[in-house]
Amino acid sequence: MSFDTQRVARLAMIGLAAASLAACASRPKPQGPVAPTQPAPTQPAPSYPQPAPVSPQPMGAVPGSVQDFVINIGERIYFATDSYDVTPDAQAVLQAQAQWLNRYPAVRVRIEGNADERGTREYNLALGARRANAVREFLIGAGVSASRIESLSYGKERPIDPGTGEDAWAKNRNARTAITDGAR
Amino acid sequence: MNLKSVFTSLAAAAALAVSFAAFAPTVARAQIEVDIDKGAVKPLPVAIPAFSGGGRGAEISQVISGNLERSGLFQPLNVANVADKLADVNVQPRFPDWQATGAQALINGQVTVGADGVLRVDFRLWDTFSQQQLLGLQFTSTAENWRRVAHKISDAVYERLTGEKGYFDTRVVFVAESGSKLARVKKLAIMDQDGANPQYLTDGSYIVMTPRFSSTSQEITYMALRPTGSSIYLTNLETARTETIGKFPGMVFAPRFSPDGSKVAFSVEKGGNSDIYVLDLRSRQSTRITTDPAIDTSPSFSPDGSKIVFNSDRGGQAQIYVMNVDGSGVRRISYGGGRYTTPVWSPRGDYIAFTKQTGGEFHIGVMKPDGGDERLLTTSYLDEGPTWAPNGRVLMFSRESSSGNSRLWTVDITGRILRPAAYTGAASDPAWSPLLD
Repeated sequence: MSFDTQRVARLAMIGLAAASLAACASRPKPQGPVAPTQPAPTQPAPSYPQPAPVSPQPMGAVPGSVQDFVINIGERIYFATDSYDVTPDAQAVLQAQAQWLNRYPAVRVRIEGNADERGTREYNLALGARRANAVREFLIGAGVSASRIESLSYGKERPIDPGTGEDAWAKNRNARTAITDGAR
Repeated sequence: MNLKSVFTSLAAAAALAVSFAAFAPTVARAQIEVDIDKGAVKPLPVAIPAFSGGGRGAEISQVISGNLERSGLFQPLNVANVADKLADVNVQPRFPDWQATGAQALINGQVTVGADGVLRVDFRLWDTFSQQQLLGLQFTSTAENWRRVAHKISDAVYERLTGEKGYFDTRVVFVAESGSKLARVKKLAIMDQDGANPQYLTDGSYIVMTPRFSSTSQEITYMALRPTGSSIYLTNLETARTETIGKFPGMVFAPRFSPDGSKVAFSVEKGGNSDIYVLDLRSRQSTRITTDPAIDTSPSFSPDGSKIVFNSDRGGQAQIYVMNVDGSGVRRISYGGGRYTTPVWSPRGDYIAFTKQTGGEFHIGVMKPDGGDERLLTTSYLDEGPTWAPNGRVLMFSRESSSGNSRLWTVDITGRILRPAAYTGAASDPAWSPLLD
């Protein structure tokens, strides 16, 4: 493969990523599932030498990849203190997760429930399990097969923000939909 | 000991209670007594000169001195310059020399190692002012066990002077922590209660939590958490043999032995709901004993094995409940404001220790098994997970700062003797062993 074709392919991928980001900004609309065997993006991306991005952008994610899911859909939803209620904001994210998972049916996930440090270890394991299960049930309700979803609680053992105070704790009260298999 | 009077009349608390009737009627009465339930506002001055018999003698007296000092009930004095060198343990001390130091008790001893390699440690405990011998014992052991001999002497002295069993010849299993808050490594570890001989039992490749000692053998149970799921393990410390308690549909966590060591109570999570199960270790049969859709976890048996105290949010937020061991007769015992978790029944049965969260702070506290006489012993950003010393008068727990540094601390049941544990490394989830044989 020559340098030129590599560059072209890369630019095309950036164009696609920008398009899917834009789509994500509006409410994700229900779409019919794409045939499972169809690996290629719907837009063929042969040779568009332009447009070059104005400023450096993250490399576009391959649709159906872990990166695609994390960047364009969002792998975490967040909870109120000592709660496992799925908020309206979180429902929108989970709806998008379900659509994405329905589009890529080979993907398997593990829902990891997390709690902030303002609780004791064993109680937080139980609370994290409740959160993981709330996500699991939502995804199943939205059409994702139960056999594709494992769940686990990390309790307070896996914070994502090391800080102290409500902002950090709010980030650490989450459930993460982690892709374990089947992504591109 | 009358606890109630202690806690209701703080003004009466004195460093030394001169007590003639309270305990151990078969032992000759001592003039000096330390009343542990008064929390020793002023610790008892004691002289613990280097035992004769060379370097080992000095090391043994240092271990005794460290134990007694950390209890908060005793203040070992610097007695290096006292003229009486106590070379022979069978010769009575020159009491005026020791009285002059202010020491109310004197512990002296003598160490010999026989041609057979056997270590012999003779010691005497004296009341310096009444000039009475309170204790005189000889321990023999293999030479490498000298620290345990020092711990046994500490226990004997503690018991003679306080009327309570000691807790020095014990070990603590805990979780050794390393790495940043975002990438914490947790290894199962064990040490002597004074921090000596720390040893890792796992390699840190998976998370370990909440180890607990069996009260009848050198066995521990703990939870391991991997991305593939959780397990509860039983490890025999003598044989290093480890086995799981078996497969369950969801998460398993919060294991704890029954007092006779024949059962383990723990939580099983299924579909987001955590309930308490009891596993009979001989038959391997497990029985579900709670069915509420709320969180039910942190089970701990009463010392007679007939009841279980546990944590549940069935009333809306985390509170403490007691039930019969078959799950019947559930009743709530915590009624103060705030959230109560991690209940642990004292091996003596008279108290339940817990973690309480209120007003943005965490506390270690104790209450009677009926929920009465609640007292908070500590306050900090994050205290949790109390474990009882085998005498039921001292607790160890984890204290984590807001920056994420977790250390082990001890507090006595009066709350007055609060101090870092001897082990100073990053650590959490301590569990105290019973007294060793």
